Amino acid sequence: MKVKLDFEAPIDEMEKMLQKLKGLQGENDGEFNEQIVELEEKVHRRREEIYKNLSPWQTVKIARHQERPVLQEYIAMIFSDFIELHGDRHFSDDRALIGGFARLGKQSVMIIGHNRGKNIQENIERNFAQARPDGYRKALRLMKLAEKYNIPIISFIDTQGAYPGKDAEERGQAEAIARNLTEMAHISVPILCVVTGEGGSGGAIGIGVGDVILMLSHAIYSVISPEGCAGILWRDRAYAEQAADALKLTATSLKDLGVVDEVIEEPIGGAHKDPDAAAAAIKKALQKNLKRLKGYSLNKLLNKRFEKYSKIGMFNR
Amino acid sequence: MAWFTKSKADRDRSKSRQDLWIRCPRCRKHIFREDWHNSHSVCPKCNYHGKLPAYERISIILDSGTFKELNGNIYPSDPLQFVDGKGRYCDKVRETRKKTGLNESVVTGTGKINDLPVVIGVMDFRFLGGSLGSGTGEKILAAANHAYDHRIPLIIFSASGGARMHEGILSLMQMAKTCAGIARLNERKIPYISVLTDPTTGGVSASYAMVGDVNIAEPGALIGFAGRRVIENTIRQKLPDNFQTAEYLLERGFIDVIVQRSEMKNVISKILSTYNR
Repeated sequence: MKVKLDFEAPIDEMEKMLQKLKGLQGENDGEFNEQIVELEEKVHRRREEIYKNLSPWQTVKIARHQERPVLQEYIAMIFSDFIELHGDRHFSDDRALIGGFARLGKQSVMIIGHNRGKNIQENIERNFAQARPDGYRKALRLMKLAEKYNIPIISFIDTQGAYPGKDAEERGQAEAIARNLTEMAHISVPILCVVTGEGGSGGAIGIGVGDVILMLSHAIYSVISPEGCAGILWRDRAYAEQAADALKLTATSLKDLGVVDEVIEEPIGGAHKDPDAAAAAIKKALQKNLKRLKGYSLNKLLNKRFEKYSKIGMFNR
Repeated sequence: MAWFTKSKADRDRSKSRQDLWIRCPRCRKHIFREDWHNSHSVCPKCNYHGKLPAYERISIILDSGTFKELNGNIYPSDPLQFVDGKGRYCDKVRETRKKTGLNESVVTGTGKINDLPVVIGVMDFRFLGGSLGSGTGEKILAAANHAYDHRIPLIIFSASGGARMHEGILSLMQMAKTCAGIARLNERKIPYISVLTDPTTGGVSASYAMVGDVNIAEPGALIGFAGRRVIENTIRQKLPDNFQTAEYLLERGFIDVIVQRSEMKNVISKILSTYNR
């Protein structure tokens, strides 16, 4: 089923009319050519207008859009020779978070990322990309392997959050994320992170420490979901829209706050309207940044990473 | 009027009782206020380890007169100009600072434990639920950096509900920032002892609190990542009563040792004395 976004309603109307005209044109041999071109332009302009002025809450809806490209699609579009590596060597192979060797152009890399699905079946198999400790430990194992083979790490972030289940607590969700944060601070190869959809709190940052943080223009990244925040601070989840405003969770806000280094522009209408264009933009940004990072000595790389995180935060004195 | 409604005389009597007695938040038994204070908020009946103000904790851990505070002047700004259903974050901060006399949710500094020099950080739950804000993260990283520069062991007492939502993504990033400081201590082989007190949850348990060389917990402390209600809603079943307690985590292998408050200083001192500089 096609997912409709309420704020796209005016466009939907125009598109319906366009379809009608195109049908008529078939019957009347090109009579409506002019009107069709005009209307197509109008749809395009209107969409541009809407997407230039998205509210944070509208951005949340796009970031979570069911048709938005997922990790496995991006891997296929951006990389070649992907070999998935399974398991954390302790307990299981978490399907919510996957990784493996791949090539970015000629460069060997290690990919890790949240494995969102595109339909209910896939999402059930992948636990809606909500990883357990096993997933974070697998990610760490693969990052250590990347360190051993001296290849850069590319991390794709797209999760509502780490899985809040009983088994996840029992196996140390907190410890697994904390360990990753500590280790990623000094892993001796470049780490590039891309927030492609929803960057959900600890589950996101658990694979989100790096030298460069990239973010798609309609992705979000937040300390808590707008619904969760509204439930606590407004005592009613219905205030999610207000919470989304207050949390400053859009790519441009995060760039202003110094958390994101570069915003990758999505095609108009969102990445799902033109996945190839979105993937090409990500690839370009990755290659550009990787080239720069590879020019650093190991000392410089790690010092800059430490400085980057040292500087994040605002307080008075 | 129902037969169980208290008369005015009863209420007065109960008020005078409140001055003399305190009710243990866990076993609900009445404890002499004086006994409660003398035991530093540990219940003599059920051994509940209550929340402790940061400076009181420092006074029972460090040798008397050795504490020198670092960065005591750091206090929260309002980077997002955050307003929620109850008002402005900056107003909340002003009230909290006034009420607690604290500037942030952690107090940091240097001192000595049985003559061994240490850098110490102590969180205080009274300050916005001990939440991890930008100022908290800055002070903890600065404490770790001080430990790194002077090659002195670091000890952090955690007491926190997690990240501070009012500072949005900046709060989340403090998890990475503080852990980067701990990572450098590991590189230089400088001891880091983490003490988890009631409660240590969310973004604090998922960062510096869980990666001590030695993780110590106080008896009965609530320690975990997700909240009990969130988990129960996710899995649609009731959790056992002892879920996410210090004892539960010890059993699961995430805590090295559970230590009574009265023994804490001695145990930390013993661990530090094994460090061969």
